[in-house]
Parts: sequence; structure tokens; C-alpha cells
Amino acid sequence: MRRRADSLAPLTAVQPQPAWPAALRGLLADNRLAVLVLFLPPALLLFTLFVVLPIGEAAWYSGFNWNGFGRPTNWIGFDNYRFVLQTRAFWLALRNNGLIIVVSLLIQLPLALALALMLAERFRGAVALRMLFFLPYILAEIATGLIFSFVYDGDYGLVASIWRLFGAETPHLLASTDTAMLAVLIVIVWKYFGFHMMLFIAALQGMDRSLIEAARVDGATRAQLLRHVVIPWLYPTIRLSVFFAIVGSLQLFDLVMPLTRGGPADSSNTLVSFLYNNGISRMRVGYGSAVGVILFVICVSFAFTYQRWFLRDE
Amino acid sequence: MSDIDTIRPPFDPAVLYKTLFLAVVAVLVLVPLLATVLGGFKSLGELRINPFGLPQHWEWSNYADILFSQRYWQLLRNSLIISALTVTLTLITASMAAFTFAHVTFYGSSMLLSYLTLGLLFPAATAVLPLFIKVRDLGLLDTYFGVALPQVAFSLAMSVLLLRRFFKDLPPELLEAALMDGCSYINFFRYVTLPLSRPILATVGTITFVHSWNAYLLPLVMLNSDALYPWPLGVMVYQGEYSSEWHLILAFITLTILPTIILFIFAQKHIVAGLTAGAVKG
Repeated sequence: MRRRADSLAPLTAVQPQPAWPAALRGLLADNRLAVLVLFLPPALLLFTLFVVLPIGEAAWYSGFNWNGFGRPTNWIGFDNYRFVLQTRAFWLALRNNGLIIVVSLLIQLPLALALALMLAERFRGAVALRMLFFLPYILAEIATGLIFSFVYDGDYGLVASIWRLFGAETPHLLASTDTAMLAVLIVIVWKYFGFHMMLFIAALQGMDRSLIEAARVDGATRAQLLRHVVIPWLYPTIRLSVFFAIVGSLQLFDLVMPLTRGGPADSSNTLVSFLYNNGISRMRVGYGSAVGVILFVICVSFAFTYQRWFLRDE
Repeated sequence: MSDIDTIRPPFDPAVLYKTLFLAVVAVLVLVPLLATVLGGFKSLGELRINPFGLPQHWEWSNYADILFSQRYWQLLRNSLIISALTVTLTLITASMAAFTFAHVTFYGSSMLLSYLTLGLLFPAATAVLPLFIKVRDLGLLDTYFGVALPQVAFSLAMSVLLLRRFFKDLPPELLEAALMDGCSYINFFRYVTLPLSRPILATVGTITFVHSWNAYLLPLVMLNSDALYPWPLGVMVYQGEYSSEWHLILAFITLTILPTIILFIFAQKHIVAGLTAGAVKG
């Protein structure tokens, strides 16, 4: 197409024309320059203004003791990072994020995989069940959290009434430091397993049927088929699912707020809810920015390592 | 469904276990949702002794009072405005950028593309304090745009990637022919690329809409006045006000998630494909 435009150029060059460089002339001939100038800036501008700059500014603000009013003046170097690392609640939040990842990998992923294997086959009700299991994923985290704060409620909740059936004293799961995080973890599995299941179902549907037929003809048992044909086919999806579980854990916030707000005594904070409770809601900009930068470093270094090590073939 | 595979052997315990397992999971998913919907029909006293079953006395007024309140509709309106703004702006800016990346070769194009994809690597929460200060300095605090613009910015990375891939996969002969006929790139975008790209625009629109409709953190940080609150903030405020009157809270929750569920029932294929395929390809 370029060549075509260039070959037209001599015709128009009869008129006196400023001596555009050849490349630029090509761009002008069919409005490509206009596309560049008009089409790219809006996205780049928005992205730079609201995504990239704030991250840079977080690094800058994290050197100050600042409440957000006026300009930051009180430079304290790396003290904010020291304060963050000295906060017990920060390490609790980090541990909770780790717990979420562990539960996602050990419980949610196998559950999603098992359900996908069952529901990828065609039988009456399979599609309806898929949709039902996917439903929690599209419900807002806030709504899910509120629904489960009812489920767990010690006076009116579903758990309480089951306990009462057995004559036991009703537990207040969300109000105890021992059980609050456990309760949150259950909700996480409830909400997200359907998403991972759908990933697996999509992969299974893209599977080459002849592979399975060939294995069957060779006399493979169901277990062998699963172990040597189906699961290897799903490896890329499993890696992807692990990736989403970890990234999701690192940004979990909305679900925690209606359930526990990170409490009691910070026992169920995630990194983001810790950031909210300690930085944003008190307008401690420097401290909160330091937490943000730490979270940023964790996310980016995780994403890079993971992509390099595990997602290379995609 | 008559499938050759499903001709039953006399008795297979595996089928039984499978059915049982599926039933248990289905019950675990359904019960909290049904209890929420039904709970909204009970009186508080009945909720306490009978949280699971059907109400003995249907309290329609719980729902009716909310449905006839201005508050409920205002929350939905605010959410709709913010989501519509976010989706529209995302589709416009992302498709324009994706078109440029797909069809115009220029110095630095791949660099700029990887610059945009940086946005996939971290959540909005990491920079939410400086973002708050930025929005404040721009005078957008407590406005719809103060929420929508950052949401657009954070959805750009994924949207541009999805759209660019689709644009690139359109037959290249189309562009060649159009250029030969003297069509400009901009007209080609407007009259050929966009109409052909409805499926991917719908996918990107769906992803963006669901995220924006459900978003909590950004509106929480950027909005101060109740009058602008989208529904996730509003339902939290409502719960704070009626702290243990669970029958009212449950009715309110049910009504606020109703639009999502209706949308899901009518557009389930689109939503599932969008949210899973979008995640995989992004």
C-alpha cells in the first residue's frame, strides 16, 4: 500500500509543494498521519494521566509525611517503608493474601477442575448448572459480601440456625479473630470457583476429540485417559488459572469490606484493605503510598516472573 | 439429548457420585441466594426462627417500600450513568488506539503498545491515593467523571489488546481495496472496521460494563455526596443505617443485584464468553 501511495506522489508533485521527507509524504497521502495524531492521544493521555503518573507519584509521595493538603514538604526518606514493615497488621495482611492463594490452589482449583470435567460432557442440565456456578462470579463483590454477612450472622444467619438445630451456642464467625479469615476464605471459593470452571470448560471444548478416541481404541481406562491426555491438555489453562488466582488475591478488597472491614483486630485484612484502612481512610498519603508501592512491586515482579517461567509458550 | 455416549450401562456408581457431588455444589451455591431473596419477604421475627424456608406470611411491603423509594432508583441511575460513561469512553478511545496499532506502522509503535499493556500488571488500588489527589487537583472530585475517567484508563490495556487482535485478523484485502478506491484510514475505520467488529466491541463493552457496574473502591474514594453514589456504595450505606434489620437489607440487596441477574439471564452467552475469553486472550 505504501508503494502505491508513493507511485502516486509524482503526479501531485507537479504543483509546487513543500519538500516533505518521503516517509512523511507517505503518511500524509492517505491520512495515516491524521490517524496517528487523532486516534492515539486520547488513550495514551488517559492512561498516562490516571495510571502511569499516579504510580510514579506514589513513589514520590511515599518519601513524605503528608496528609494530602497543600504540597508535601515534610521529607522523611524511607521512613514510611520502615513504618509499614514494622506494622504487625501489614504482615497479617500479607499472610492472609498468602492464605487466599493457598486455598485457591488447593481447594478452589481442584474443585473447578472436577466440575469442569463433569460439566464439559453433554447431558441434560449441564448448561444450566454451568450458568448457576458462574452466577456468583458476576455478582458484585459488595453484594456477595453482604449476602454472606447475613449467612454468618450470629442471630439471624443461616449458619446460626443450623447450629441452633444441634443445640449448640451460635457462633459469631465474623467477630472472632480465629474464624473471620476462614469465613472470608469460604466466600472467596464460593464466588470465584465458577470463573475458573468456565476457563477449564472452554479449554476442554477446544480439545481434539480424536485424541480421546485414539486413547480409547488403545484401551486406556478413564483414569489413564484423564491422567495422560486430558490433564496435560489443560496444563496451559491450569497455569492461567493459577495466575488469575494470585492476581485476584493481590487485589481483593471489595469482598472483605462488607464482611469484616479487615477486622477484628486486623485479622482478615488483605493488602488492599490494609492500604484502605491505614492509608486512605485516614488520609495518610505518604504511608498509604508506601503500601501502594510495595503492592505494585509485588504485582509487577510476580507478573514478570510468572510470565517468563510459566506462560512463555502463549 | 440423544447422544451415543450416554447409553447407560446397567448401574454405574460413578454416575451416582457425580450427580450427588453436583447436587451438593448446586445447593451450596443456591441456598445463600435463595435465602436472601426469600428473607426479603419475611418479617424480622420470622427471619430469626425460619431463615431457610418459604415465608409463612409474605411481607410484600419490604420490597414495595424500596421499589417506591427515590433512593433505590437514584442509586441505579448513578450506576448506570457511570457505567455508560465508562463503557462509551473505553470503546471510543480503545478502538481508535487499537486501530492505529493494528494498521499504521510508525516508529515506536510496539514500544507504545507495551507501554499500554503495563496497565495489565497492577490493580488500580496500588495508586489510589495519588489518583485521588490527581482527581482532586483536576477538580473532578465528587463528579461522575472523577470515577469514570480512571476506570476508563484502567480498562484501556485489556481493551486495546483485545480489539487490536481482532482488527488485525480482519482480512487485509479490505484495507488494500479501500485505500485503492481512495478511502482514507479514518473513513475505513468508521465505515468498515467498526461495523465488522461488533462482536469484539460487545465483548469489550460487556467486560467494562460489569467491572464498572460492580466497582466499589474507586467510587468510594472519589465520591463524597450520597446523591452521586452508585449502588454498591448505596447498599453499604443502607446496611449501615438498618444495621440488624436484616429483612430490609436482604430485600435491598436482592433488588440491587436484580439488574445484574436479569442481564445475565438475557445475555449469558455474551457475558460468559466475554469474561472468560477476554481474560484468556488479554
